[in-house]
Amino acid sequence: MIDAALDGPADFAGRRAAARRLVAAKPAPEGVARALAGEAPGLFGAAPPPPPQAGRAAASVPRGFLDLAEVAIRHRDPERFALLYRLLWRLTHGEAGLLQVATDPEVIRAQAMAKAVRRDAHKLHAFLRFRMLETESGTRYIAWFEPDHHILEAETGFFIRRFAGMRWSILTPEASAHWDGEAVRMGPGGRRADAPAEDAQEVLWRAYYAHIFNPARLKPAAMRAEMPKKYWRNLPEAQDIARLMAEAPRRVAEMVERGATPAAARRQRAVVADVEAAMPDLFSQDPAQALAALRAEVLADRGPLAVQATQAVFGEGPIGAALLFVGEQPGDEEDIAGRPFVGPAGRMFNRALEEAGVPREEAYVTNAVKHFKFTPTGRRRLHQTPDAGDITHYRPFLRREVEIVAPRLVVSLGATALRALVGKATAISKVRGEVIRTEDGQPLFPTVHPSYLLRLPDAESKAREYARFVADLKAAWREVQ
Amino acid sequence: MELRRKLEILADAAKYDASCASSGTDKRDSRAGGIGSTEGMGICHAYAPDGRCISLLKVLLTNACVFDCAYCINRATSNVDRARFTVRELVQLTLDFYRRNYIEGLFLSSGIIRSPDYTMEQIVGVARLLREEHGFRGYIHLKTIPDADPGLLAEAGKYADRLSINVELPEEGTLRALAPEKDFAGIRRAMGRMRVRIDEAKEAKRTERRAAAPRFAPAGQSTQMIVGADASDDRAVLGTTSNLYASYGMRRVYFSAYSPIPDASRLLPPVAPPLVREHRLYQADWLLRFYGFGLEEILSGGDGGMLDLGIDPKLAWALRHRGDFPVDVNRAPRERLLRVPGLGTKTVDRLIAARRHRSIRSEDLARLRLPLAKLLPFLVTADHVPRLLDSAGLRALVAPRTGFGKPVQLALL
Repeated sequence: MIDAALDGPADFAGRRAAARRLVAAKPAPEGVARALAGEAPGLFGAAPPPPPQAGRAAASVPRGFLDLAEVAIRHRDPERFALLYRLLWRLTHGEAGLLQVATDPEVIRAQAMAKAVRRDAHKLHAFLRFRMLETESGTRYIAWFEPDHHILEAETGFFIRRFAGMRWSILTPEASAHWDGEAVRMGPGGRRADAPAEDAQEVLWRAYYAHIFNPARLKPAAMRAEMPKKYWRNLPEAQDIARLMAEAPRRVAEMVERGATPAAARRQRAVVADVEAAMPDLFSQDPAQALAALRAEVLADRGPLAVQATQAVFGEGPIGAALLFVGEQPGDEEDIAGRPFVGPAGRMFNRALEEAGVPREEAYVTNAVKHFKFTPTGRRRLHQTPDAGDITHYRPFLRREVEIVAPRLVVSLGATALRALVGKATAISKVRGEVIRTEDGQPLFPTVHPSYLLRLPDAESKAREYARFVADLKAAWREVQ
Repeated sequence: MELRRKLEILADAAKYDASCASSGTDKRDSRAGGIGSTEGMGICHAYAPDGRCISLLKVLLTNACVFDCAYCINRATSNVDRARFTVRELVQLTLDFYRRNYIEGLFLSSGIIRSPDYTMEQIVGVARLLREEHGFRGYIHLKTIPDADPGLLAEAGKYADRLSINVELPEEGTLRALAPEKDFAGIRRAMGRMRVRIDEAKEAKRTERRAAAPRFAPAGQSTQMIVGADASDDRAVLGTTSNLYASYGMRRVYFSAYSPIPDASRLLPPVAPPLVREHRLYQADWLLRFYGFGLEEILSGGDGGMLDLGIDPKLAWALRHRGDFPVDVNRAPRERLLRVPGLGTKTVDRLIAARRHRSIRSEDLARLRLPLAKLLPFLVTADHVPRLLDSAGLRALVAPRTGFGKPVQLALL
């Protein structure tokens, strides 16, 4: 029999050193008892274990075990030492992967211990209540708490980080911790009566607790699962629980019985409506007025795609621009910003436009479909190609937009824009780079959509297609010179 | 009015907001000055008998409001007592509660008074004073007002850990009917603006170009939808929820069962809150986000666009897709195990780790305290093959015997 003396109930460092000596000495787990005053039969006077043999490397233990053991050793169960030692023995005797075996009874037990300790610590952080005490040396905050396990010393860090500027003491039956703003001092255990019996703020705190409670949602089991009754006697607000629960049914019944009540005779002051900007004149001959009116109409559109989208995105650019570019639909970034061509494809388009030498003030950009069509997938929105119905819905808007802007040439980017402008599905490859006519008879120059370039898999075809796109933009620009 | 009465009125005014989260923000503490800390994980400092966590001091700055939303206790035509904290009063109360370890911080909202900008300025003022003057390092959640000035929004994001705007109702039409002053599209646009700023701040932090974008709500944004105040079905609720997660990067979409209020509007007489429905919606939301289910798959477990109230949505789905079972606990890939009723994400990961070392038997599942009655009809283990998958009585066998909780409060009404 080998005894290993430890400093305190959660003396992890001491236990670790002893365990290393023990594993090196190779006693089987059955031959080892842990010594701790008041917990195990062996006492401090017992013979220390033999020192490790010279030259022998300390046993290599997986990091996961140390993390587990450091927490589990704070458990109050006297068996914890023997259990952890058995795990250590098995880990170093052919079961290196043992901790991954979540179904192993000893692993389950050790993990349950660690979990109980962590929960105890979490409840300490949550349910500890300080009471303020004015002393000769200044204000001190004092709390009484009854933890289930040996956690106080390990958890003082939490309170130091949170309340570094306060002077505080935490008293428990087993030990106490005192912070003076510089260092923490551990002291002996205390009694409940050692802490102040009340605090002036508790009246307000209890009032808050009572009024944040919704009596129509009584779920006492859910409350007790997270805040077990054993904590109640040290929680000032808990003394109101019984009354709140008892009163709840009557309060709800009264609300229901009363039903709707008449509106207050004097309502709160009515909203001062912002003075609406003068409504644009729908029939104006002035193109700027007409475009503003059309924009307002598009923004107010509540068609099928509007339900999901953030907002409609209208075109941008000068009236009378030489070139009017029509894309497919706003994407994720355009939907949020409310502006066309600001996403990845828009940025590529702008670069190409610059390389082609098209002056920005000669370009008006818009989309065939004015709302972003997508499928929500987790934290992303998956672009959906607009169908014939979507295109049809927005066509009247697009046709009027083109008419008012009155460009010298319309450039369609991609299949959706082409379809919206010529009124039927048309293959881009057959008409790309030619000047054809829109359904309304305007000259139309079809090319690809910049997002097509973004989707190309290899750098070589990307470069080739990008160059071709820039050449198309140059050709379109030449058409209007 | 004395402070205690104000606190009572303004807590009453705030209790229908479900959110009380204090998690997910950056780590900070007071060792270099100030007071407070946040360490990533939220802390619930108390639980009320409604089972809800009390983590933050959740109050309105004032419950005076010029909006007349039918579902809201604070609407303009309600007869409730009105109160208003001064900025300093609320700052002091927050600090007093915090020092005694009652709370993680403050969740501040307000009725709309005078104008959106004026209201937002008051809310931001409280946060500014807490952070700048008192070095408060605890958690702050601010409600933002959709039409407020961008400068105020930027300042709110600088001080707050989390920002939120409530969508209130799943559909535009009913929002117009029940909350005439609220602007559905305006709320969406405001959420979009917040997403952009949150993303920029996160990106700047990640790439160490800290100067590029200022701090902005490191715990992101959340929102709340009232369930049961209008006729929207679960398809509409979950559809809108999925959209909100995907479009605006919401950390959480909260559901709040429409609950009787002391002074109800004629448009919305008091009824029992649909708590079971709320619970099922949360379960469905979890399946959508963490279990790889699609919206239509989840709805296929119920009927007519509503979830099955009697059993959880994963079990409901499994009972209608028995051809996808049994699943072998020792062989199936993770995504298939996640679809087994009674297996959660953590358990699945532990089982996958364990089965690399030894094969899993039914007694192992019992030792892990898993619900065997629910699991075993769908799961093959080393010593068990399910036999009842085609049985007409399977539902009765796996459904919880009493149904969900038989909520006491339903019987009361």
